[in-house]
Amino acid sequence: MGQIAAVVLVMLATILIGAFGIRMSRTTSDFYVASRTVSPLWNASAIGGEYLSAASFLGIAGLILTYGADMLWLPVGWTGGYLVLLVLVSAPLRRSGAYTLPDFAEARLESMTVRRLSSVLVVLIGWLYLMPQFQSAGLVFRTVTGAPPWVGSLLVAGVVAINVLSGGMRSITFVQAFQYWLKMTALAVPLAFMLVAWWSDGAPGLAPGDEWALPLHGEDHPVYETYSLIVATFLGTMGLPHVLVRFYTNPDGRAARRTTLVVLTLLGAFYLMPAVYGYLGHIYGMPESDTVVIALPGRLVGGPVGEFLTALVTAGAFAAFLSTSSGLTVSVAGVIAQDILRGGVRSFRIATVLAVLVPLVLAGTSRSLPVATVVGLAFAVAASSFCPLLVLGIWWRRLTTAGAMAGLLTGGGLACAAVAITIIGGPHTGWAGSLLAQPAAWTVPVSFTVMVVVSLLTPSRVPPGVARTMVRLHTPETLNVDRGDWRPRFM
Amino acid sequence: MTGRPKRVTVTSPRTAAARRPRHPLTREIDEQTRLGEVYMRSLVRTQFRLALFVCSLLACVVGGLPLLFLLVPELREAELLGLPLPWVVLAGLIYPALVGGAWLYVRQAERNERDFADLMEAPMKTEP
Repeated sequence: MGQIAAVVLVMLATILIGAFGIRMSRTTSDFYVASRTVSPLWNASAIGGEYLSAASFLGIAGLILTYGADMLWLPVGWTGGYLVLLVLVSAPLRRSGAYTLPDFAEARLESMTVRRLSSVLVVLIGWLYLMPQFQSAGLVFRTVTGAPPWVGSLLVAGVVAINVLSGGMRSITFVQAFQYWLKMTALAVPLAFMLVAWWSDGAPGLAPGDEWALPLHGEDHPVYETYSLIVATFLGTMGLPHVLVRFYTNPDGRAARRTTLVVLTLLGAFYLMPAVYGYLGHIYGMPESDTVVIALPGRLVGGPVGEFLTALVTAGAFAAFLSTSSGLTVSVAGVIAQDILRGGVRSFRIATVLAVLVPLVLAGTSRSLPVATVVGLAFAVAASSFCPLLVLGIWWRRLTTAGAMAGLLTGGGLACAAVAITIIGGPHTGWAGSLLAQPAAWTVPVSFTVMVVVSLLTPSRVPPGVARTMVRLHTPETLNVDRGDWRPRFM
Repeated sequence: MTGRPKRVTVTSPRTAAARRPRHPLTREIDEQTRLGEVYMRSLVRTQFRLALFVCSLLACVVGGLPLLFLLVPELREAELLGLPLPWVVLAGLIYPALVGGAWLYVRQAERNERDFADLMEAPMKTEP
């Protein structure tokens, strides 16, 4: 009963905050206002709140419980991705003034064609990321109420759509920041109780010779899959559509760096916990699934306290579904409305419905994979398309429009194909299966190579304003220099 | 017109000098002269070297760990404080290491930018 109350409470709070948010944030100009007042800690909490999805909150523990030590790389990569983002991308990206990835593509390459292709990729990555959020919402809802999975998916999708259509939530840094601390508490408090319970049980350990705890066991090609997972997560973070937009809230490039440093700290603190959930789950013989985080507190700490803790993790899980899905939906809908439809409020409404409906249908019809696996695939697509675009765009003057197009098409296309084959037709076995299930290790190098080689072959297509763009991307704001007059277009 | 001359304010030419003009070095960058390009390339190169250094370090640690576990299988089963060693490293120690690396990077990157800004704003040396 407590769990249902917790779910209802989180959903109501989200809708209410969304409704009040209309008054506070009618336009994207809220970001301008916020940029002067938001400190790196708040901004970083907001990035963390939006970033920690169902895959982090539930999925990692589930995968660790199922596959053991090799899955420990997943949270390491999702944190370490921010280190790569910090050193290669954060400050120049903030200085570019780009508000979305297509904005960056347009600003750097001065080409609408590259912008449109980036938009399509943003939408695909966003849908791939949203689909498992809805699937696992259904799964958790079934665990809580016994209702069929589609009910939970529909409920979360509905709340997200209402929320985004009413225009709230997203722009309010404070709400997303609060979401981070809610998720942190919802995992940490039950964990403290469970560790006490585990200790008073005599601190049981692993059975001697337990294969589960050893790295590089299990799958067909564990070494390849581990490396491919590392490539996807470390390089994919910078290409996620809902992460970039928050960097705009920083006042300058220096603050963007400092914010990223705080994000790294906050995520590191959070990701210490899922592994312990997985470890305890294994010791206590929990069934292998994404819902281990929900089931574990009740198993270890019985009675009313256990029930309260279960309600708390359930609330945290729904907070995770709602905050990440809302952030992604806004990003995807914004891109659809602006670059694919004609722009304006009506387009944004249609786009929001599309942004939610497509992944909802996919969630209902496609094979149900563990949430963190599918999110991992979204990272692989981002790493094979936007990572080369950002890294070469920021650091290499000779990148050309043709090179960027070719790289995005090849890398993004190959990764998307691998993902589609894995989700629709899989699971495949042997080498082919491993290459398709973890494509990043080969699609990322292919994408980089194509982008560089085609750029070198088409030297006449270097954007004319590249020197000015480089000044804009790299000089500190304290210097009074001409940075060009490009501005992102707002709806 | 033989009366006393009209009164005028007498100012030192130094006041005009003290009012900072638009600095020549940033103008080199604005006008995209050869010199300005050289300065810009040096800034980008310094920052890129730093980024590349951090990324290589990260690649060695992160890429080296699976390799280490592959080549020295005893490490997979080793224990530290009663917990399996791979878990202590991957689920614990690696996070503070990432944060520490990020902190050092931020410090150095800001220093590079300060140096560049100082260079731009330093008084021009006169030609001999």
